[in-house]
Amino acid sequence: MSLQDYKGVFVFAQQVDNKISGVSFELIGKAKDLAADLGTEVTAVLLGYNVKDLADKLAEFGADKVIVVDDKALEVYTTEPYTVAMNAVIEQYKPDVVLYGATAIGRDLAPRVSARVHTGLTADCTKLEVDAETKNLHMTRPAFGGNIMATIKCPDHRPQMATVRPGVMQKISPVAGAKAVVEECSVTFEKNNKYVEVIDVIKKVSDKINIQDAKILVSGGRGLGCGENFKMLRDLADALGGEVASSRACVDAGWVEKDIQVGQTGQTVRPNLYIACGISGAIQHLAGMEESDLIIAINKDETAPIFDVADFGIVGDVTKIVPILTEKIKTEVAARS
Amino acid sequence: MKIVVCIKQVPDTNEVRLDPVTGTLIRDGVPSIINPDDKAGLEAALQLKDSVGAEITVISMGPPQADAALREALAMGADKAILVTDRAFGGADTLATSTTIAAAIKNLEYDLVITGRQAIDGDTAQVGPQISEHLSIPNVSYAEDIKVEGNSVIVKRQYEDRYHTVKVEMPCLITALGEMNQPRYMTPGGIFDAYKEKEVTVWGLNDITVDTANIGLKGSPTKVAQTFTKSLKAAGTKVQLDAEESANFIVEKMKEKFIL
Amino acid sequence: MDFTLSKEQEMARTLFRQFALNEVKPLAQEVDETERFPVETVEKMQKLGFLGIPMPKEYGGQGCDTLTYVLAVEELSRVCGTTGVIVSAHTSLGADPIKKFGTPEQKEKYLRPLVSGEKLGAFGLTEPGAGTDASGQQTKAVLNGDHYVLNGSKIFITNGGKADIYIIFAMTDKSKGTKGISAFIVEKEFPGFSIGTKEKKMGIRGSSTTELIFTDCIVPKENLLGQEGKGFGIAMQTLDGGRIGIAAQALGLAAGALDATIAYVKERKQFGRSIAKFQNTQFQIADMATKVEAARNLVYKAAIAKDTQKKFSLEAAMAKLYAAEVAMEVTTKAVQLHGGYGYTREYDVERMMRDAKITEIYEGTSEVQRMVISGSIL
Repeated sequence: MSLQDYKGVFVFAQQVDNKISGVSFELIGKAKDLAADLGTEVTAVLLGYNVKDLADKLAEFGADKVIVVDDKALEVYTTEPYTVAMNAVIEQYKPDVVLYGATAIGRDLAPRVSARVHTGLTADCTKLEVDAETKNLHMTRPAFGGNIMATIKCPDHRPQMATVRPGVMQKISPVAGAKAVVEECSVTFEKNNKYVEVIDVIKKVSDKINIQDAKILVSGGRGLGCGENFKMLRDLADALGGEVASSRACVDAGWVEKDIQVGQTGQTVRPNLYIACGISGAIQHLAGMEESDLIIAINKDETAPIFDVADFGIVGDVTKIVPILTEKIKTEVAARS
Repeated sequence: MKIVVCIKQVPDTNEVRLDPVTGTLIRDGVPSIINPDDKAGLEAALQLKDSVGAEITVISMGPPQADAALREALAMGADKAILVTDRAFGGADTLATSTTIAAAIKNLEYDLVITGRQAIDGDTAQVGPQISEHLSIPNVSYAEDIKVEGNSVIVKRQYEDRYHTVKVEMPCLITALGEMNQPRYMTPGGIFDAYKEKEVTVWGLNDITVDTANIGLKGSPTKVAQTFTKSLKAAGTKVQLDAEESANFIVEKMKEKFIL
Repeated sequence: MDFTLSKEQEMARTLFRQFALNEVKPLAQEVDETERFPVETVEKMQKLGFLGIPMPKEYGGQGCDTLTYVLAVEELSRVCGTTGVIVSAHTSLGADPIKKFGTPEQKEKYLRPLVSGEKLGAFGLTEPGAGTDASGQQTKAVLNGDHYVLNGSKIFITNGGKADIYIIFAMTDKSKGTKGISAFIVEKEFPGFSIGTKEKKMGIRGSSTTELIFTDCIVPKENLLGQEGKGFGIAMQTLDGGRIGIAAQALGLAAGALDATIAYVKERKQFGRSIAKFQNTQFQIADMATKVEAARNLVYKAAIAKDTQKKFSLEAAMAKLYAAEVAMEVTTKAVQLHGGYGYTREYDVERMMRDAKITEIYEGTSEVQRMVISGSIL
């Protein structure tokens, strides 16, 4: 069959504990744009056990069609059964495009699927668009820590597959009551050497917040001098109703946990306000935060690259400025209420 | 037990700087290192060697200069090293790369293959799982810990909000997270032995069995359409004031932007 | 003449630099401030074989050349002069004489634990009345059946109290002058051996420098190193090697001060621009860098000479003389370029300048080096 016979934009609708992951909705949002350009529709692929009733939710966020593979083998994520299911769906439906979240699941599943169906896969895309002339998918991703961008295409293989990091694409406002065409795809799972056994599932017991959800982030870097100084960032974040984030340097130094790290090897964030405190702005860091709406940077080195992306830059000692700033903001907030 | 560890030589991106005028990367003089996740994978293998005994073969696909990364692995304690290098392998995307590396691994006896989760120059995390598919063995990605139990490996597999304890039968492939351990230093004597006593075996196209349609630039499904330097958004206002004035300035700007 | 390092030497330098930056530098200021011997660093270096770099593999050493050992001392001293001299005194003064003059039994018993780093080594020649004039030894050793009895004291002994094995020089026949000096391997636990006062020093303050006291100290006859009466030669040949180690320490201090100064002058602004933009700064940096490079060439050449020539006293003396004087000059300029900050303990160059001074004094003062050099020329 020819490449033109592959139709539709498919999204791997990741669910964990029968709850759809946010990135899946973001991907459906993007898939709608792509489907419009291609004159096709958006199909969510839902894999799991007892997950059928999640289909409506996918419809509300823009899926025209939901393909469900429902099997006990898919209850907890493991690579092989999910690969078998994805591979079966691709074989049967011949999608033109398949998108995955660049999550701990998506970044394991997508490459394994790509090797099985022998097609290309582009990781961590920040931009997806349809080439007007060829109708090929153009997938743009940061290379080399974020400074160089590369646009990748997959002209001779189908489906064209990409992973996208959470927080990069935007979901649509859900349409209450929207319905999608739901199709069940039956897949046979036969245990073989590639099956693994999940002995235990330990959820991280922590009250840690997800920095991707925060509207305001106060982020610290090496310029803070020591881990104790993160306390003053916490105070500032509390005064603003925001959260604390960090650069990689502070994680490497053991000052803070990795789950608040922003950047290429951490998380991508786009809050309304990002205050960079003592962060020099290595390209890896900028890649993770430069889409923030407003960036304020405080750094004592006036040549620090962070100032290149900051809307407002303050050259000065962060440890002196932040406590004063916190007090002033508290005063402002108190005066307003 | 026989362990194959895949390593990649990468530029130390911590050392990569931007040219302030052109905005391009200054790569001259940037040292090459073993990719950090791969080095953690090697350390995990060395710890298994120390605890239960293992023969460790490190394998790297890359240009001839990748010899240095393999020597470093030998100096840390790996037993054998193989450099997979040939002009025909050049320009490969992850699928073609994994096809080539898997073909090289097929020449070896192995119980366990360890790769890093991802390389700091590409960040794709694709090559490890793809190698396992070509070898038709199970894989467990994002390992925080690896233990051997009989003919199986027990892996602590990380997810965003949890981890799974996964039991997987050998032969299998594990991708290692950089934070799983602190790789050991080389020793001076280890370095001298790596250069004077040990060998890096070089394999080219003729030393592996692979369909040439699936390797190199030609065998890569993905093609680079274009690359460009990301235009950073225009720099904003920059001020240098005393601490008190700086705080006032920020408060003013927050008010202007309706944050306060 | 080939000035390039081999691939293995380059990789070893990378190793030493990483170790120095990650493990040694974070402690340097505290070790100086509190005059604390960095025992945790010594333990780490032991595990990595840094205490037996130029030592034979058959005794558990690393089997590397002297130049690689010099690279280690240089890189360690670049961030911490104390750590540099601990390795230098242990290797060049403690282990090297046993490697060169010891019997197979002595090597098995003493060299093996020294090169594995299980035991730390030191060297005791200097006495209150015998500094530059080493022939004025007052410590006496008298043979009594199967053992010698040592009486006397040594001062300014690097690694004193921390070392387990000491190379001690004593008069076995006072009437013969320098030909009456003999060398002994003395264990810390030998009866009659005790550690005296610990010196309070200007620099290398984490290094333990003490007095050694021998009061009817019993040393088994088989612990005589070399022959009776050959001690002076052993001491002088050992010091030739030791001087290369100290030259490497001096080189490291100078290079470290230069590193710190280059970073500082780029950052520090006066009159609205970085001080690196001023010609005075540029010329000072040019001179410092040139002298560091010249010192490096002399030190590396001496290291190569030790492995390839029978005698290398001249090369060692030149390297030690020049590197020590460059260290003093470069660290002093570094403090000057740092201005008032350079005089404070906030900045490493203050410590480096204090550390540098000793390199012009110990293991033969600069004056002794000039004597050695002129003596071999005239």
